Amino acid sequence: MTADTRSWVAIGTLSDIPREGARVVKTSAGCVAVFRTVNDEVYALDDRCPHKGGPLSQGIVHGTSVTCPLHNWVFDLATGLAQGADDGKVPVTTAKIENGTILLAADDLARRTVA
Amino acid sequence: MNKQKLVIVGNGMAPGRMLEYLLEKDKEAYEVTIFNAEPRVNYNRLMLSPVLSGEKTYEDIITHGDDWYAEHDITLHKSARVSAIDRASKTVTSESGVTAAYDKLVIATGSNPFIIPLPGKDLDGVLTYRDLDDVDKMLAAAQRGGRAVVIGGGLLGLEAAAGLKMQGMEVTVLHLMPTLMERQLDPAAGHLLEEEFKRRGIDVRTKANSHEIVDDGDGKVKAIRLDDGTEIDASIIVMAVGIRPSTDLAKDIGLEVNRGILVKDDMRTSDTDIFALGECVEHQGACYGLVAPLYEMAEVIADNLLDGASGYRGSVTATKLKVTGVDLYSAGDFAEGEDREEIVLRDATAGVYKRLVLKDDKIIGAVLYGETSDGPWFFDLLKKGTDVSEMRETLIFGQAYQGSAPLDPMAAVAALPDDAEICGCNGVCKGKIVTTIKDKGLTNLDDVRAHTKASASCGTCTGLVEQLMQVTLGDAYNPAAVKPMCGCTTLGHDEVRRLIKSKEIKTIPAVMQELEWSTSGGCAKCRPALNYYLVSDWPDEYADDYQSRFINERVHANIQKDGTYSVVPRMWGGMTSSKELRAIADVVDKFDIPAVKCTGGQRIDMLGIKKEDLPAVWEDLGKAGFVSGQAYAKGLRTVKTCVGSDWCRFGTQDSTGLGIQLEKFMWGSWTPAKLKLAVSGCPRNCAEATCKDIGVVCVDSGFEIHYAGAAGLDIKGTEVLGLVKTEEEVLEHVVALTQMYREQGWYLERIYKWAKRVGYDEIRQQIMEDHDRRRAYFDRFVFSQKFAQVDPWSERVSGKDKHEFNPMAVFTREAAE
Repeated sequence: MTADTRSWVAIGTLSDIPREGARVVKTSAGCVAVFRTVNDEVYALDDRCPHKGGPLSQGIVHGTSVTCPLHNWVFDLATGLAQGADDGKVPVTTAKIENGTILLAADDLARRTVA
Repeated sequence: MNKQKLVIVGNGMAPGRMLEYLLEKDKEAYEVTIFNAEPRVNYNRLMLSPVLSGEKTYEDIITHGDDWYAEHDITLHKSARVSAIDRASKTVTSESGVTAAYDKLVIATGSNPFIIPLPGKDLDGVLTYRDLDDVDKMLAAAQRGGRAVVIGGGLLGLEAAAGLKMQGMEVTVLHLMPTLMERQLDPAAGHLLEEEFKRRGIDVRTKANSHEIVDDGDGKVKAIRLDDGTEIDASIIVMAVGIRPSTDLAKDIGLEVNRGILVKDDMRTSDTDIFALGECVEHQGACYGLVAPLYEMAEVIADNLLDGASGYRGSVTATKLKVTGVDLYSAGDFAEGEDREEIVLRDATAGVYKRLVLKDDKIIGAVLYGETSDGPWFFDLLKKGTDVSEMRETLIFGQAYQGSAPLDPMAAVAALPDDAEICGCNGVCKGKIVTTIKDKGLTNLDDVRAHTKASASCGTCTGLVEQLMQVTLGDAYNPAAVKPMCGCTTLGHDEVRRLIKSKEIKTIPAVMQELEWSTSGGCAKCRPALNYYLVSDWPDEYADDYQSRFINERVHANIQKDGTYSVVPRMWGGMTSSKELRAIADVVDKFDIPAVKCTGGQRIDMLGIKKEDLPAVWEDLGKAGFVSGQAYAKGLRTVKTCVGSDWCRFGTQDSTGLGIQLEKFMWGSWTPAKLKLAVSGCPRNCAEATCKDIGVVCVDSGFEIHYAGAAGLDIKGTEVLGLVKTEEEVLEHVVALTQMYREQGWYLERIYKWAKRVGYDEIRQQIMEDHDRRRAYFDRFVFSQKFAQVDPWSERVSGKDKHEFNPMAVFTREAAE
């Protein structure tokens, strides 16, 4: 096992997000949507659909996917890739849970803010 | 060439099938005449139980309609009971005086229900369960309510009991033996079945010997008294204790008759020009009441009518119970005996019971309860007398566990031999289905049904047939005969709604489990639909699943293209006041709302509100007395009105007042799709009621109720439902119509599409003419409103689901670095 050398930022606890729901983390370069699946996994994507900019945090979470609330594009939460016939990708921020706390990878966030 | 004349007495499923075989082999051979005592065409008698339970209609179960007879030049005399056959002159005559000559005659008179000779058996209200007339009588009785007592806990009795229960009657089943269906089931399975019926609220009494049917003094049934003195009140009594071959006609003309009309292997009676077919027949000491053997006989006769030399060899039969949600399969012999062994599997939590009876390493009997998919496989082993000693260890787990590793169901079907029977009702084997699919290039289930008859009778083998199609066609198979709800299931909306009701499923995970969803958590299409179906069916018990609602319904506002929201407060019937307008103006100023607009439904829309401001906006609006206008909802939105008789010189009634009344009664209710109403005060129709989901047009003589209009993707004027006299009647009819739509509509299906699917006549009949049904719809709506009329704004303002509206964390650049 390789040591975890990345630095992480705590954003809250797992219980802050409802199962099959999402919440938003604001950054100076736009929002990140943090999703919790029915199995208590956590994923984070930019809160912006590549199609028409819909807020993905407002979509319905199912399995490890989310459906955009504006025009029903579906994205895989792990890869950010659009599913089915649609083509597109949402930037992913690596997320993990430690002792019930949700952590986002600091370098991913930083890349966003300087981008 | 002169055609020979073929006359058939009786028009049940067996002669229907015989004609199909005959026409398939040679459609020019005979000129066919049929005498039918029933006043109708041929229908699928196996499906009477779904008709009784309300899951199907008569039209759904017709197998040969008038067109079919016309197309094949067959003369069908309906309501024509045959009174005489003259074997010397070879003619058949009906009671109504129609005579037909024959060269060959087929007697297919079927059977009569057995009536127990109890005192009181002739009273009004004592019914049997045999044909559509019986079903109609039971349905009429169910409308009046009360208790039905079903005598007989066999297949038919139990199907009748389950159907009557679904129609809302109290039901008691009386069964003479200690356990139900004792001829097909062993005592353990019979017990499970009894528990299941009791769980459905059906009173089951075994070892119950009926003594007398009690007269109410007017020649009608009042109660039934048992031998032990117990008296059970009853408004109807259904006798379902068995059938007797109907042989009177054959006896009259001197054919050899024992229990049934005696036939030889070629299916001829003692007169070589007369065949007998179906339940009226006795072959080598056996009479059959299940459809599979009758179809085998039908094929033999068809062949022999064409100078073939086919022989019937008797049948081994398997039984399934056709009660939705009860899986039960039984075949062969399962009595205990010295030389027999048995293998039993019990899984109490899963409600599964399986028992195999073996003799000399061969299966001779099988009873499956709760999990029946291996039924056909066991039946196949049984019929062939396969030696099962090699697979004994895993035999009871079924076909999937044979071989080294568990097979998937598709592999199991693929591994079946060509002569394995797939459809028991019609005796169709795998090879026939596969060949037909390939030869005729069939790609959908309906076509396979039409060409092979597999799955065309009771339908319990549909899953197997579909798997076969998948195996045969691969990706070319298009299972969309019924359009599935979404990619997570093969079931259509109707099927899902029906199963939610009949299996009493009350949560989304339970639906996905019970109905075998192919995804773990559904998708954005099925989850909102299931959420609605459950809210609609179990208003008091189901806990709304917020995560299965679209964002508009989660936050009670409409999401707009830029991710902001718009908010619409309710203005009852479109009326407002200076106080309300002032409150709205204040909110607009305070939250810097960029746009304010009147909607098409006469309400005020505030557009461009940031999500985090929503709770505060609602709080202010709530303080001013507003509740949510549900302008975002798949539910009642607005009732648009004109000024009516209050102000208008043409107005005939108080349309504004009526609109307010309707809106106050119906707000908060969820519907399959958005629902918009309007009330116009006169036929000038200023409220545009004739393009709404439901519209009321006031006229001098009362109120004209319209519905099924559309002014969206489709533009469509309304249909007229009917005219009523008073405002109270308007309310009752409109609410009942809405409830009917709520119970039957597919999610996202607007009322005009639903109405077209269900049929305008059907809706008019149920809502305008059937007083009791209308009232029942109305009452169910009122009941569900107890749980629905909660203002979502005040709920949210008071803190529910606060997390929705605030960011979880805020980072500046420094924090991230």
